Amino acid sequence: MRFLLPLGIFGVLVILLALGLTLDPKKVPSPLIGKVAPAFTLPQLHNPSANFSPEHFKGKVWVLNVWASWCVSCRAEHKVITRLANMKLVDIVGLDYKDEPADGKRWLQQFGNPYTLSAVDLEGKAGIDWGVYGVPETFIMGKDGLIKHKHIGPVDDKALDEEIVPLLKTLLQEPS
Amino acid sequence: MKYLISLLLFFTLSAPVYAAIEVHEFNDAATEADYKDLIEELRCLVCQNQNLAGSDADLAKDLRQQTYELLQQGKSRAEVVDYMVTRYGDFVLYRPPVKSSTLLLWAGPFALLFIVLIIVMLKVKKTRTVEAPEQKNLDQAKSLLSDDQDNSGAAK
Repeated sequence: MRFLLPLGIFGVLVILLALGLTLDPKKVPSPLIGKVAPAFTLPQLHNPSANFSPEHFKGKVWVLNVWASWCVSCRAEHKVITRLANMKLVDIVGLDYKDEPADGKRWLQQFGNPYTLSAVDLEGKAGIDWGVYGVPETFIMGKDGLIKHKHIGPVDDKALDEEIVPLLKTLLQEPS
Repeated sequence: MKYLISLLLFFTLSAPVYAAIEVHEFNDAATEADYKDLIEELRCLVCQNQNLAGSDADLAKDLRQQTYELLQQGKSRAEVVDYMVTRYGDFVLYRPPVKSSTLLLWAGPFALLFIVLIIVMLKVKKTRTVEAPEQKNLDQAKSLLSDDQDNSGAAK
């Protein structure tokens, strides 16, 4: 009987700690989900005289993938993004974050370019507006121009097949 | 000796290279105080146990710069905090606002303290209540005591 209380407290602690293990403190939920995609106007990587702004995809489902040539886990993610691009579901825009355009271009040349286009965010100001705090990050926008989903860290095959592709398919079916 | 002097020269002359201190010029002292307070209480998202002031992460540098620029534009402290929260959520604040989602965080410690206090009070009360001795026990004690006195008397 006298062991019951400590045992109970121990049990509760074990449950709390086990729950804590399933959480990733590195993943900060974005307050931007369900909000209008923040506006920016940035030069395109392969066509610096032309700009890109999220408004260009008004009424369309699209993906914004934040990447950089200096980002190591972007290399791991690259083949998954390429697989998504090959499905030809939606446009994927790259946001080349705090990267020299020459380095970014070389990176895409080396690994292949899955993006419809990339915008260069040299100073990282657009990144701040989008709440980017770690590269890579991936945002999904619906036809209404709202951010529907944010994936923090590299997208792996599981996340692509189980979260991103199903979401894109439902978003594509929505009336514009 | 020559080696020592060159080494000394190396360290004194190269000082500006490694001393990468951010220099900001402020409109007035109040803005500067606001800036210092804000970077103390805003959290760095990359190295999560550090504030913006203490972090050397690139993002922390950018956010310090952003804080500085917003304040220089005449934005108030609340506006700067708002700016950060709309982008990064309550997580950037070391002191999150009291909301339904943060209620446990704010009230939890006090609730725990309250529960512990109640448990302690109950325990103390239990040990303090001494039951009044029954009459027959009293009589027994008395007879034992007088027995004792008789015995001691007999021993003399």
